[in-house]
Amino acid sequence: MIQAIAFYFFATIVVASAVMVVMAKNPVHSVLWLILAFFNAAGLMVLLGAEFIAMLLVIVYVGAVAVLFLFVVMMLDIDFAAMRAGLSRNAPLGLLIAAVLLAELLLAVGAYNAGGLTLGTPDGVTAQPEGTSNIAALGELLYGRYIVLFEIAGIILLVAMIGAIVLTFQPPKPGARARQDVGKQIRRRPEDATVMKSPEVGQGVEL
Amino acid sequence: MTAFFQSLGLSYEWAWTVATFAGILIVSLLVMFSVAMVIYVDRKVLGAIMMRRGPNVVGPFGLLQSFADGLKVFLQETIIPSAANKGIFLIAPIITFTVALAAWAVIPFDAGVVISDINVGLLYILAISSMGVYGVVMSGWASNSKYPFFSAMRASAQMISYEVSIGFVLVCVVLFAGTFNLSGIVNAQQGFGLGLINAYAVHPLLFPMWVVFFISALAETARAPFDLTEAESELVAGYQTEYSSMSFALFWLGEYANILLMCSLNTLLFWGGWLPPLDIPVLYMVPGIIWFLLKTFMFFFMFSWIWATVPRYRYDQLMRLGWKVFLPMSLLFVAVTSGYLMATGHFG
Repeated sequence: MIQAIAFYFFATIVVASAVMVVMAKNPVHSVLWLILAFFNAAGLMVLLGAEFIAMLLVIVYVGAVAVLFLFVVMMLDIDFAAMRAGLSRNAPLGLLIAAVLLAELLLAVGAYNAGGLTLGTPDGVTAQPEGTSNIAALGELLYGRYIVLFEIAGIILLVAMIGAIVLTFQPPKPGARARQDVGKQIRRRPEDATVMKSPEVGQGVEL
Repeated sequence: MTAFFQSLGLSYEWAWTVATFAGILIVSLLVMFSVAMVIYVDRKVLGAIMMRRGPNVVGPFGLLQSFADGLKVFLQETIIPSAANKGIFLIAPIITFTVALAAWAVIPFDAGVVISDINVGLLYILAISSMGVYGVVMSGWASNSKYPFFSAMRASAQMISYEVSIGFVLVCVVLFAGTFNLSGIVNAQQGFGLGLINAYAVHPLLFPMWVVFFISALAETARAPFDLTEAESELVAGYQTEYSSMSFALFWLGEYANILLMCSLNTLLFWGGWLPPLDIPVLYMVPGIIWFLLKTFMFFFMFSWIWATVPRYRYDQLMRLGWKVFLPMSLLFVAVTSGYLMATGHFG
Protein backbone atom coordinates (compact mmCIF):
# COMPACT_ATOMS: atom_id res chain seq x y z
CA MET A 1 0.00 0.00 0.00
CA ILE A 2 2.56 2.55 1.14
CA GLN A 3 4.87 1.35 -1.65
CA ALA A 4 2.15 1.96 -4.22
CA ILE A 5 1.46 5.45 -2.86
CA ALA A 6 5.17 6.26 -2.82
CA PHE A 7 5.65 4.89 -6.32
CA TYR A 8 2.82 6.92 -7.83
CA PHE A 9 3.97 9.98 -5.90
CA PHE A 10 7.53 9.78 -7.21
CA ALA A 11 6.48 8.72 -10.70
CA THR A 12 3.97 11.55 -11.03
CA ILE A 13 6.55 14.11 -9.97
CA VAL A 14 9.17 12.67 -12.34
CA VAL A 15 6.81 12.84 -15.31
CA ALA A 16 5.39 16.23 -14.36
CA SER A 17 8.79 17.82 -13.85
CA ALA A 18 10.09 16.23 -17.06
CA VAL A 19 7.20 17.92 -18.86
CA MET A 20 8.03 21.18 -17.13
CA VAL A 21 11.67 20.90 -18.29
CA VAL A 22 10.38 21.26 -21.83
CA MET A 23 7.55 23.69 -21.12
CA ALA A 24 9.33 26.15 -18.82
CA LYS A 25 9.97 29.49 -20.47
CA ASN A 26 13.08 30.30 -18.51
CA PRO A 27 16.01 27.91 -19.13
CA VAL A 28 17.13 28.19 -15.50
CA HIS A 29 13.71 26.97 -14.44
CA SER A 30 14.09 24.09 -16.90
CA VAL A 31 17.32 23.01 -15.22
CA LEU A 32 15.71 23.23 -11.79
CA TRP A 33 12.80 21.06 -12.97
CA LEU A 34 15.36 18.63 -14.37
CA ILE A 35 17.01 18.44 -10.94
CA LEU A 36 13.63 17.69 -9.36
CA ALA A 37 13.14 14.91 -11.91
CA PHE A 38 16.57 13.41 -11.08
CA PHE A 39 15.86 13.57 -7.39
CA ASN A 40 12.52 11.81 -7.68
CA ALA A 41 14.02 9.20 -10.00
CA ALA A 42 16.40 8.46 -7.13
CA GLY A 43 13.31 7.97 -4.96
CA LEU A 44 12.05 5.37 -7.46
CA MET A 45 15.42 3.59 -7.24
CA VAL A 46 15.09 3.41 -3.46
CA LEU A 47 11.67 1.80 -3.91
CA LEU A 48 13.29 -0.81 -6.17
CA GLY A 49 15.71 -1.67 -3.37
CA ALA A 50 18.67 -0.24 -5.27
CA GLU A 51 19.68 2.28 -2.60
CA PHE A 52 23.30 2.39 -3.78
CA ILE A 53 22.29 3.40 -7.31
CA ALA A 54 19.86 5.93 -5.85
CA MET A 55 22.57 7.62 -3.80
CA LEU A 56 24.97 7.61 -6.76
CA LEU A 57 22.27 9.16 -8.91
CA VAL A 58 21.88 12.01 -6.44
CA ILE A 59 25.63 12.47 -5.86
CA VAL A 60 26.66 12.35 -9.52
CA TYR A 61 23.69 13.82 -11.38
CA VAL A 62 22.13 16.17 -8.85
CA GLY A 63 25.32 17.06 -7.01
CA ALA A 64 27.75 17.49 -9.88
CA VAL A 65 26.34 17.29 -13.41
CA ALA A 66 23.24 19.41 -12.80
CA VAL A 67 25.27 22.01 -10.92
CA LEU A 68 27.43 22.43 -14.01
CA PHE A 69 24.29 22.66 -16.18
CA LEU A 70 22.89 25.32 -13.91
CA PHE A 71 26.23 27.09 -13.85
CA VAL A 72 26.39 27.29 -17.65
CA VAL A 73 22.73 28.15 -18.19
CA MET A 74 22.84 30.90 -15.57
CA MET A 75 25.83 32.51 -17.25
CA LEU A 76 24.38 32.42 -20.76
CA ASP A 77 22.64 35.49 -22.04
CA ILE A 78 19.65 33.93 -23.74
CA ASP A 79 17.14 35.75 -25.86
CA PHE A 80 13.89 33.98 -25.05
CA ALA A 81 11.97 35.40 -27.99
CA ALA A 82 14.59 34.23 -30.49
CA MET A 83 14.62 30.83 -28.87
CA ARG A 84 10.91 30.29 -29.26
CA ALA A 85 10.85 31.66 -32.79
CA GLY A 86 12.29 28.44 -34.22
CA LEU A 87 9.50 26.33 -32.75
CA SER A 88 7.40 25.91 -35.89
CA ARG A 89 10.47 25.35 -38.05
CA ASN A 90 11.88 22.63 -35.79
CA ALA A 91 8.53 21.01 -34.99
CA PRO A 92 8.79 18.24 -37.66
CA LEU A 93 12.25 17.22 -36.39
CA GLY A 94 10.95 17.21 -32.80
CA LEU A 95 7.97 15.09 -33.77
CA LEU A 96 10.29 12.64 -35.57
CA ILE A 97 12.48 12.24 -32.51
CA ALA A 98 9.39 11.82 -30.33
CA ALA A 99 8.08 9.11 -32.67
CA VAL A 100 11.41 7.25 -32.57
CA LEU A 101 11.48 7.45 -28.76
CA LEU A 102 7.89 6.18 -28.56
CA ALA A 103 8.71 3.28 -30.87
CA GLU A 104 11.74 2.40 -28.75
CA LEU A 105 9.68 2.54 -25.57
CA LEU A 106 7.04 0.24 -27.05
CA LEU A 107 9.77 -2.12 -28.24
CA ALA A 108 11.34 -2.15 -24.77
CA VAL A 109 8.01 -2.86 -23.07
CA GLY A 110 7.27 -5.60 -25.61
CA ALA A 111 10.68 -7.18 -25.08
CA TYR A 112 10.25 -6.96 -21.32
CA ASN A 113 6.89 -8.71 -21.50
CA ALA A 114 8.39 -11.44 -23.69
CA GLY A 115 10.47 -12.57 -20.71
CA GLY A 116 13.87 -11.92 -19.17
CA LEU A 117 17.10 -12.10 -21.13
CA THR A 118 19.51 -14.81 -19.98
CA LEU A 119 23.08 -13.61 -19.78
CA GLY A 120 26.46 -14.90 -18.66
CA THR A 121 26.47 -18.25 -16.97
CA PRO A 122 24.84 -21.20 -18.78
CA ASP A 123 22.23 -21.53 -16.02
CA GLY A 124 20.91 -18.04 -16.59
CA VAL A 125 20.83 -14.88 -14.52
CA THR A 126 22.02 -15.19 -10.96
CA ALA A 127 19.66 -13.57 -8.50
CA GLN A 128 20.97 -11.36 -5.73
CA PRO A 129 22.21 -13.71 -2.99
CA GLU A 130 20.20 -13.47 0.20
CA GLY A 131 21.80 -11.55 3.06
CA THR A 132 24.28 -9.52 1.04
CA SER A 133 23.83 -5.79 0.74
CA ASN A 134 23.28 -4.00 -2.51
CA ILE A 135 26.80 -2.58 -2.53
CA ALA A 136 28.45 -5.94 -1.88
CA ALA A 137 26.43 -7.59 -4.65
CA LEU A 138 27.31 -4.82 -7.12
CA GLY A 139 30.96 -5.02 -6.11
CA GLU A 140 31.04 -8.78 -6.62
CA LEU A 141 29.71 -8.34 -10.14
CA LEU A 142 31.74 -5.29 -11.16
CA TYR A 143 35.05 -6.49 -9.77
CA GLY A 144 34.41 -10.15 -10.52
CA ARG A 145 32.58 -11.06 -13.67
CA TYR A 146 32.72 -7.70 -15.40
CA ILE A 147 36.21 -6.66 -14.27
CA VAL A 148 37.56 -6.29 -17.84
CA LEU A 149 34.62 -4.20 -19.04
CA PHE A 150 34.79 -2.13 -15.89
CA GLU A 151 38.48 -1.38 -16.33
CA ILE A 152 38.00 -0.58 -20.03
CA ALA A 153 35.31 1.92 -19.07
CA GLY A 154 37.72 3.43 -16.55
CA ILE A 155 40.49 3.73 -19.15
CA ILE A 156 38.10 5.37 -21.63
CA LEU A 157 37.11 7.94 -19.01
CA LEU A 158 40.78 8.58 -18.21
CA VAL A 159 41.57 9.11 -21.89
CA ALA A 160 38.60 11.45 -22.23
CA MET A 161 39.78 13.42 -19.20
CA ILE A 162 43.34 13.73 -20.49
CA GLY A 163 41.94 14.68 -23.91
CA ALA A 164 39.87 17.48 -22.39
CA ILE A 165 42.89 18.78 -20.51
CA VAL A 166 45.11 18.64 -23.61
CA LEU A 167 42.49 20.43 -25.71
CA THR A 168 42.11 23.30 -23.27
CA PHE A 169 45.74 23.58 -22.18
CA GLN A 170 47.48 26.64 -23.53
CA PRO A 171 51.22 26.83 -23.00
CA PRO A 172 52.19 30.19 -21.51
CA LYS A 173 53.23 32.64 -24.21
CA PRO A 174 56.74 33.99 -23.77
CA GLY A 175 56.61 37.55 -22.57
CA ALA A 176 53.05 37.21 -21.34
CA ARG A 177 52.05 38.14 -17.80
CA ALA A 178 54.28 36.50 -15.22
CA ARG A 179 53.00 33.25 -13.79
CA GLN A 180 52.36 32.94 -10.08
CA ASP A 181 54.90 31.10 -8.01
CA VAL A 182 52.98 30.13 -4.89
CA GLY A 183 56.10 29.12 -2.98
CA LYS A 184 57.60 32.54 -3.65
CA GLN A 185 54.40 34.24 -2.46
CA ILE A 186 54.39 32.28 0.76
CA ARG A 187 58.10 32.83 1.44
CA ARG A 188 57.63 36.60 1.20
CA ARG A 189 58.15 38.36 4.55
CA PRO A 190 57.29 41.90 5.65
CA GLU A 191 61.00 42.86 5.40
CA ASP A 192 61.00 42.08 1.66
CA ALA A 193 58.13 44.43 0.95
CA THR A 194 58.47 47.34 3.34
CA VAL A 195 61.18 49.85 4.13
CA MET A 196 61.35 51.89 7.29
CA LYS A 197 62.07 55.57 6.66
CA SER A 198 62.10 58.43 9.10
CA PRO A 199 62.33 61.62 7.04
CA GLU A 200 63.09 65.03 8.53
CA VAL A 201 60.25 67.52 8.83
CA GLY A 202 59.58 69.17 5.50
CA GLN A 203 61.44 66.55 3.49
CA GLY A 204 59.75 64.13 1.12
CA VAL A 205 60.39 60.43 0.79
CA GLU A 206 62.01 59.04 -2.33
CA LEU A 207 61.31 55.42 -3.15
CA MET B 1 11.21 3.35 20.24
CA THR B 2 8.92 1.29 17.98
CA ALA B 3 8.73 -1.34 20.73
CA PHE B 4 7.67 1.32 23.23
CA PHE B 5 4.75 2.47 21.09
CA GLN B 6 3.82 -1.14 20.40
CA SER B 7 3.58 -1.70 24.14
CA LEU B 8 0.98 1.10 24.21
CA GLY B 9 -1.26 -1.15 22.11
CA LEU B 10 -0.53 0.15 18.60
CA SER B 11 -0.02 -2.22 15.68
CA TYR B 12 3.54 -2.51 14.32
CA GLU B 13 2.95 -0.22 11.32
CA TRP B 14 1.37 2.53 13.40
CA ALA B 15 3.98 2.18 16.13
CA TRP B 16 6.73 2.49 13.52
CA THR B 17 5.11 5.56 11.97
CA VAL B 18 4.59 7.28 15.32
CA ALA B 19 8.09 6.36 16.50
CA THR B 20 9.72 7.67 13.33
CA PHE B 21 7.81 10.94 13.43
CA ALA B 22 8.62 11.34 17.11
CA GLY B 23 12.28 10.64 16.37
CA ILE B 24 12.35 13.21 13.56
CA LEU B 25 10.69 15.79 15.82
CA ILE B 26 13.09 15.15 18.70
CA VAL B 27 16.20 15.22 16.53
CA SER B 28 15.22 18.36 14.62
CA LEU B 29 14.23 20.18 17.81
CA LEU B 30 17.51 19.20 19.44
CA VAL B 31 19.48 20.24 16.36
CA MET B 32 17.69 23.59 16.26
CA PHE B 33 18.31 24.12 19.97
CA SER B 34 22.00 23.22 19.56
CA VAL B 35 22.21 25.58 16.61
CA ALA B 36 20.86 28.41 18.75
CA MET B 37 23.31 27.64 21.53
CA VAL B 38 26.19 27.13 19.12
CA ILE B 39 25.63 30.55 17.57
CA TYR B 40 25.89 31.97 21.08
CA VAL B 41 29.08 29.94 21.74
CA ASP B 42 30.50 31.10 18.43
CA ARG B 43 29.97 34.74 19.36
CA LYS B 44 31.30 34.23 22.88
CA VAL B 45 34.46 32.48 21.64
CA LEU B 46 35.03 35.21 19.06
CA GLY B 47 34.50 37.79 21.77
CA ALA B 48 36.94 36.09 24.13
CA ILE B 49 39.63 35.82 21.46
CA MET B 50 39.14 39.45 20.42
CA MET B 51 39.21 40.52 24.10
CA ARG B 52 35.65 41.77 24.25
CA ARG B 53 32.63 40.43 26.08
CA GLY B 54 30.42 39.05 23.33
CA PRO B 55 26.65 38.83 23.89
CA ASN B 56 25.93 39.39 27.59
CA VAL B 57 22.68 41.33 27.85
CA VAL B 58 19.74 39.00 27.12
CA GLY B 59 19.33 36.45 29.92
CA PRO B 60 22.06 35.24 32.29
CA PHE B 61 25.47 35.62 30.55
CA GLY B 62 23.55 36.48 27.38
CA LEU B 63 22.42 32.86 27.04
CA LEU B 64 19.08 33.83 25.50
CA GLN B 65 20.63 36.06 22.83
CA SER B 66 19.99 33.62 19.95
CA PHE B 67 16.36 33.16 20.96
CA ALA B 68 15.87 36.91 21.12
CA ASP B 69 17.39 37.22 17.65
CA GLY B 70 15.13 34.44 16.42
CA LEU B 71 12.05 36.17 17.78
CA LYS B 72 13.17 39.44 16.23
CA VAL B 73 13.59 38.06 12.69
CA PHE B 74 10.30 36.22 13.05
CA LEU B 75 8.48 39.50 13.58
CA GLN B 76 10.18 41.31 10.72
CA GLU B 77 8.77 41.81 7.27
CA THR B 78 10.09 39.68 4.40
CA ILE B 79 11.21 42.04 1.67
CA ILE B 80 11.30 40.62 -1.85
CA PRO B 81 13.22 42.75 -4.37
CA SER B 82 10.96 43.76 -7.26
CA ALA B 83 13.40 42.42 -9.86
CA ALA B 84 13.80 39.07 -8.09
CA ASN B 85 12.49 35.81 -9.47
CA LYS B 86 9.93 35.44 -6.72
CA GLY B 87 9.30 31.69 -6.55
CA ILE B 88 12.95 30.65 -6.62
CA PHE B 89 13.90 33.51 -4.32
CA LEU B 90 11.57 32.10 -1.66
CA ILE B 91 12.33 28.41 -2.27
CA ALA B 92 16.12 28.84 -1.95
CA PRO B 93 16.32 29.36 1.84
CA ILE B 94 13.80 26.57 2.35
CA ILE B 95 16.03 24.19 0.38
CA THR B 96 19.12 25.17 2.39
CA PHE B 97 17.29 24.62 5.65
CA THR B 98 15.56 21.37 4.70
CA VAL B 99 18.71 19.82 3.30
CA ALA B 100 20.67 20.80 6.40
CA LEU B 101 18.11 19.05 8.61
CA ALA B 102 17.59 16.02 6.34
CA ALA B 103 21.20 14.91 6.69
CA TRP B 104 20.71 14.35 10.43
CA ALA B 105 18.47 11.36 9.68
CA VAL B 106 21.41 8.96 9.57
CA ILE B 107 23.62 10.42 12.33
CA PRO B 108 23.85 7.97 15.25
CA PHE B 109 23.98 9.87 18.56
CA ASP B 110 24.57 6.71 20.59
CA ALA B 111 24.54 2.97 19.94
CA GLY B 112 21.20 2.45 18.19
CA VAL B 113 20.00 6.05 18.71
CA VAL B 114 19.46 6.99 15.08
CA ILE B 115 16.35 7.76 13.03
CA SER B 116 17.30 5.60 10.08
CA ASP B 117 20.15 3.10 10.34
CA ILE B 118 20.58 2.57 6.59
CA ASN B 119 23.31 0.65 4.80
CA VAL B 120 24.40 3.58 2.67
CA GLY B 121 24.43 6.16 5.46
CA LEU B 122 27.67 7.81 4.45
CA LEU B 123 26.61 8.01 0.79
CA TYR B 124 23.30 9.49 1.91
CA ILE B 125 25.17 12.25 3.74
CA LEU B 126 27.33 12.91 0.67
CA ALA B 127 24.21 13.03 -1.51
CA ILE B 128 22.34 15.37 0.80
CA SER B 129 25.28 17.70 1.36
CA SER B 130 25.82 17.93 -2.39
CA MET B 131 22.23 19.23 -2.58
CA GLY B 132 23.15 22.06 -0.25
CA VAL B 133 24.77 24.03 -3.04
CA TYR B 134 21.38 24.56 -4.74
CA GLY B 135 20.09 26.79 -1.99
CA VAL B 136 23.06 29.09 -2.49
CA VAL B 137 23.06 29.02 -6.29
CA MET B 138 19.31 29.55 -6.56
CA SER B 139 19.32 32.43 -4.09
CA GLY B 140 22.22 34.06 -5.90
CA TRP B 141 20.54 33.83 -9.27
CA ALA B 142 17.02 34.68 -8.12
CA SER B 143 18.15 37.81 -6.27
CA ASN B 144 18.92 39.39 -9.65
CA SER B 145 21.74 41.40 -8.16
CA LYS B 146 25.41 41.21 -8.99
CA TYR B 147 26.99 40.48 -5.61
CA PRO B 148 24.72 37.54 -4.76
CA PHE B 149 25.38 36.22 -8.26
CA PHE B 150 29.17 36.37 -7.83
CA SER B 151 28.74 34.65 -4.51
CA ALA B 152 26.65 31.88 -6.05
CA MET B 153 29.31 31.28 -8.71
CA ARG B 154 32.00 31.06 -6.07
CA ALA B 155 29.93 28.80 -3.83
CA SER B 156 29.14 26.28 -6.52
CA ALA B 157 32.77 26.02 -7.65
CA GLN B 158 34.03 25.81 -4.08
CA MET B 159 31.59 23.16 -2.90
CA ILE B 160 32.13 20.92 -5.92
CA SER B 161 35.92 21.19 -5.58
CA TYR B 162 36.02 20.19 -1.94
CA GLU B 163 33.37 17.51 -2.23
CA VAL B 164 35.78 15.58 -4.44
CA SER B 165 38.50 15.39 -1.81
CA ILE B 166 35.95 14.70 0.94
CA GLY B 167 34.73 11.78 -1.16
CA PHE B 168 38.22 10.28 -1.38
CA VAL B 169 38.82 10.76 2.36
CA LEU B 170 35.56 8.93 3.05
CA VAL B 171 36.71 6.10 0.78
CA CYS B 172 39.79 5.64 3.00
CA VAL B 173 37.61 5.42 6.11
CA VAL B 174 35.20 3.03 4.42
CA LEU B 175 38.12 0.81 3.35
CA PHE B 176 39.16 0.50 6.98
CA ALA B 177 35.64 0.01 8.33
CA GLY B 178 34.33 -2.20 5.52
CA THR B 179 30.89 -0.57 5.64
CA PHE B 180 29.02 2.58 4.61
CA ASN B 181 26.84 2.35 7.70
CA LEU B 182 27.78 5.07 10.20
CA SER B 183 27.09 2.92 13.27
CA GLY B 184 29.23 0.19 11.71
CA ILE B 185 32.06 2.67 11.14
CA VAL B 186 31.92 3.78 14.79
CA ASN B 187 31.83 0.19 16.06
CA ALA B 188 34.85 -0.67 13.90
CA GLN B 189 36.83 1.99 15.76
CA GLN B 190 36.51 0.32 19.15
CA GLY B 191 40.04 -0.39 20.41
CA PHE B 192 41.46 0.50 16.99
CA GLY B 193 44.64 2.20 18.26
CA LEU B 194 46.77 -0.50 19.95
CA GLY B 195 43.63 -2.01 21.43
CA LEU B 196 43.27 1.04 23.64
CA ILE B 197 42.23 4.14 21.71
CA ASN B 198 38.76 4.33 20.13
CA ALA B 199 39.64 6.49 17.13
CA TYR B 200 40.61 6.07 13.50
CA ALA B 201 42.61 9.29 13.49
CA VAL B 202 45.51 7.73 15.43
CA HIS B 203 46.47 5.59 12.44
CA PRO B 204 49.38 7.11 10.47
CA LEU B 205 47.46 6.58 7.22
CA LEU B 206 44.24 8.10 8.51
CA PHE B 207 45.56 11.05 10.49
CA PRO B 208 46.56 13.05 7.36
CA MET B 209 43.17 12.15 5.92
CA TRP B 210 41.49 13.56 9.01
CA VAL B 211 43.41 16.82 8.56
CA VAL B 212 42.30 16.96 4.91
CA PHE B 213 38.73 16.20 5.97
CA PHE B 214 38.73 18.87 8.65
CA ILE B 215 40.00 21.57 6.28
CA SER B 216 37.64 20.43 3.52
CA ALA B 217 34.79 20.57 6.02
CA LEU B 218 35.67 24.19 6.69
CA ALA B 219 35.58 24.87 2.95
CA GLU B 220 32.42 22.85 2.38
CA THR B 221 30.50 24.79 5.01
CA ALA B 222 32.05 28.08 3.81
CA ARG B 223 33.52 28.87 7.21
CA ALA B 224 36.48 31.16 7.66
CA PRO B 225 39.17 31.08 6.25
CA PHE B 226 37.17 29.85 3.24
CA ASP B 227 34.11 32.08 3.63
CA LEU B 228 34.56 33.56 0.17
CA THR B 229 30.89 33.13 -0.62
CA GLU B 230 30.02 35.82 1.89
CA ALA B 231 33.25 37.75 1.93
CA GLU B 232 31.90 40.99 3.37
CA SER B 233 34.80 43.08 2.14
CA GLU B 234 34.09 42.15 -1.48
CA LEU B 235 30.52 40.90 -1.79
CA VAL B 236 28.50 42.77 0.89
CA ALA B 237 26.96 39.62 2.39
CA GLY B 238 27.22 37.29 -0.60
CA TYR B 239 24.12 35.34 -1.56
CA GLN B 240 22.25 36.55 1.54
CA THR B 241 22.48 40.20 0.57
CA GLU B 242 18.89 40.58 -0.63
CA TYR B 243 17.33 38.45 2.09
CA SER B 244 15.56 39.71 5.15
CA SER B 245 13.72 38.42 8.21
CA MET B 246 12.79 34.74 8.29
CA SER B 247 14.21 33.88 4.86
CA PHE B 248 17.57 35.20 6.06
CA ALA B 249 17.25 33.33 9.34
CA LEU B 250 16.61 30.06 7.48
CA PHE B 251 19.94 30.48 5.69
CA TRP B 252 21.63 31.22 8.96
CA LEU B 253 20.12 28.21 10.75
CA GLY B 254 20.82 25.90 7.82
CA GLU B 255 24.43 27.02 7.68
CA TYR B 256 25.02 26.34 11.36
CA ALA B 257 23.18 23.00 11.17
CA ASN B 258 25.58 22.08 8.35
CA ILE B 259 28.57 23.12 10.46
CA LEU B 260 27.34 20.97 13.33
CA LEU B 261 26.82 18.11 10.89
CA MET B 262 30.41 18.38 9.70
CA CYS B 263 31.64 18.46 13.31
CA SER B 264 29.64 15.33 14.12
CA LEU B 265 30.99 13.63 10.98
CA ASN B 266 34.50 14.41 12.20
CA THR B 267 33.54 12.74 15.46
CA LEU B 268 31.86 9.73 13.91
CA LEU B 269 34.38 8.96 11.20
CA PHE B 270 37.68 9.68 12.92
CA TRP B 271 37.26 10.06 16.67
CA GLY B 272 35.09 7.14 17.70
CA GLY B 273 31.60 8.72 17.76
CA TRP B 274 29.79 7.84 20.96
CA LEU B 275 32.62 5.60 22.20
CA PRO B 276 34.79 7.04 24.98
CA PRO B 277 38.30 8.11 23.90
CA LEU B 278 39.97 5.13 25.56
CA ASP B 279 38.73 1.55 25.55
CA ILE B 280 38.61 1.29 29.37
CA PRO B 281 35.50 -0.18 31.01
CA VAL B 282 35.14 2.60 33.59
CA LEU B 283 34.76 5.22 30.82
CA TYR B 284 31.77 3.35 29.40
CA MET B 285 29.81 4.34 32.50
CA VAL B 286 29.38 7.80 30.97
CA PRO B 287 26.47 7.64 28.49
CA GLY B 288 27.58 7.53 24.86
CA ILE B 289 25.61 10.61 23.86
CA ILE B 290 27.69 12.69 26.31
CA TRP B 291 30.90 11.59 24.60
CA PHE B 292 29.36 12.27 21.20
CA LEU B 293 28.26 15.78 22.16
CA LEU B 294 31.56 16.56 23.89
CA LYS B 295 33.57 15.59 20.84
CA THR B 296 31.23 17.38 18.44
CA PHE B 297 31.30 20.62 20.40
CA MET B 298 35.07 20.38 20.73
CA PHE B 299 35.26 20.38 16.94
CA PHE B 300 32.85 23.29 16.83
CA PHE B 301 35.13 25.17 19.20
CA MET B 302 37.99 24.47 16.79
CA PHE B 303 35.87 25.89 13.95
CA SER B 304 35.27 29.17 15.76
CA TRP B 305 38.87 29.27 16.98
CA ILE B 306 40.04 29.07 13.37
CA TRP B 307 37.54 31.76 12.38
CA ALA B 308 39.03 34.14 14.91
CA THR B 309 42.64 33.29 14.06
CA VAL B 310 43.23 32.96 10.31
CA PRO B 311 42.72 35.59 7.60
CA ARG B 312 40.58 34.77 4.57
CA TYR B 313 42.03 32.87 1.63
CA ARG B 314 42.25 34.38 -1.82
CA TYR B 315 40.00 32.67 -4.34
CA ASP B 316 42.82 31.24 -6.48
CA GLN B 317 44.54 29.93 -3.35
CA LEU B 318 41.33 28.17 -2.38
CA MET B 319 41.03 26.49 -5.77
CA ARG B 320 44.72 25.57 -5.74
CA LEU B 321 44.41 23.96 -2.31
CA GLY B 322 41.38 21.95 -3.35
CA TRP B 323 42.49 20.72 -6.76
CA LYS B 324 46.28 20.72 -6.64
CA VAL B 325 46.96 19.73 -3.02
CA PHE B 326 44.03 17.86 -1.48
CA LEU B 327 42.81 15.98 -4.55
CA PRO B 328 46.16 14.35 -5.50
CA MET B 329 46.99 13.76 -1.86
CA SER B 330 43.71 12.03 -1.01
CA LEU B 331 43.85 10.04 -4.25
CA LEU B 332 47.35 8.85 -3.33
CA PHE B 333 46.15 7.92 0.14
CA VAL B 334 43.26 5.87 -1.28
CA ALA B 335 45.78 3.85 -3.29
CA VAL B 336 48.25 3.55 -0.38
CA THR B 337 45.50 2.65 2.10
CA SER B 338 44.01 -0.07 -0.06
CA GLY B 339 47.51 -1.43 -0.78
CA TYR B 340 48.33 -1.43 2.92
CA LEU B 341 45.07 -3.15 3.83
CA MET B 342 45.59 -5.80 1.17
CA ALA B 343 49.17 -6.40 2.33
CA THR B 344 48.17 -6.76 5.99
CA GLY B 345 45.32 -9.12 5.13
CA HIS B 346 42.62 -6.76 6.44
CA PHE B 347 40.06 -8.06 3.95
CA GLY B 348 40.74 -11.68 4.88
